[in-house]
Amino acid sequence: MDQTEADLIASVLRGNAASFEPLIQKYSPRVMATARRYARRESEIEDIAQEVWLKAFDKLKSYRGEAPFEHWLMRLTVRICYDFLRGHQRNRESSFTDLTEPETDWLERFVTQPEAASENAEAAKLLVDRILERLSPKARLVITLLEIEDRSVKEIAQLTGWSVPLVKVRAFRARAEMRKILAKMAKEKYL
Amino acid sequence: MNIAELQRKLLAAARANVPGEHVPYAFEKRVMALLAARTPSDHLALWVRGLWQAAASCVAITLLLGAWAFFSPTANSSKPDDLSQNFENTLLASVDQGDQTQ
Repeated sequence: MDQTEADLIASVLRGNAASFEPLIQKYSPRVMATARRYARRESEIEDIAQEVWLKAFDKLKSYRGEAPFEHWLMRLTVRICYDFLRGHQRNRESSFTDLTEPETDWLERFVTQPEAASENAEAAKLLVDRILERLSPKARLVITLLEIEDRSVKEIAQLTGWSVPLVKVRAFRARAEMRKILAKMAKEKYL
Repeated sequence: MNIAELQRKLLAAARANVPGEHVPYAFEKRVMALLAARTPSDHLALWVRGLWQAAASCVAITLLLGAWAFFSPTANSSKPDDLSQNFENTLLASVDQGDQTQ
């Protein structure tokens, strides 16, 4: 942590709330990017980021300065995103009959010629968003951190506050849950 | 359909889709305004909310007990096995006996 950041935090803790603003400016892009992994609408993303900063301000006393401020803030962000997922599980039970035409085309291309279905296609991105929305909050969090953000189990344990064996168990279950959803989608579309 | 391969492809698609770091205009000003509006009144608001809730509960209990005492059919009639009457008689028995002997 550089000296300026430590000074800013100390100043906030002394009661000078204005010193918090440069911290918001510096780290909001990371907070927003993390929130965008879990929420789709911009209003929801802003709400998450806002809650992160309000909580960070309230809990700043608990930051001991042993690890970089960014790590502490990311831990808080991930936990708030998890709370958001738990509170917004509305899309989990819907069927796959409402896939868009490009998504259906991509799937059909995958069925006929798997290597021709590009991972960079917009339809694949939309489709994976749909699948992730159907996962349970725990599974979505683990899949996002482990498979999409490519973080280690130890890192995930630190971010979520879960133990390392628990992360491993949840990762195993999350992959199985995702496969089950994919199988359900395949059954609905092609049987 | 090869589900494992589909899973691998979709996760690769998600990995390739890096979310943007765009921050809405004046976002930090909005957060600072929220903090400024919230900080001074927080403790006071907590106390006021707690006291209002306690006062409302007390009023509700008082009204309920008052209504029960007023409308209760046994409120105005003294039964022979009335506990309060028996208690009073027992307590004042020695005084009553003293009056009678004098």
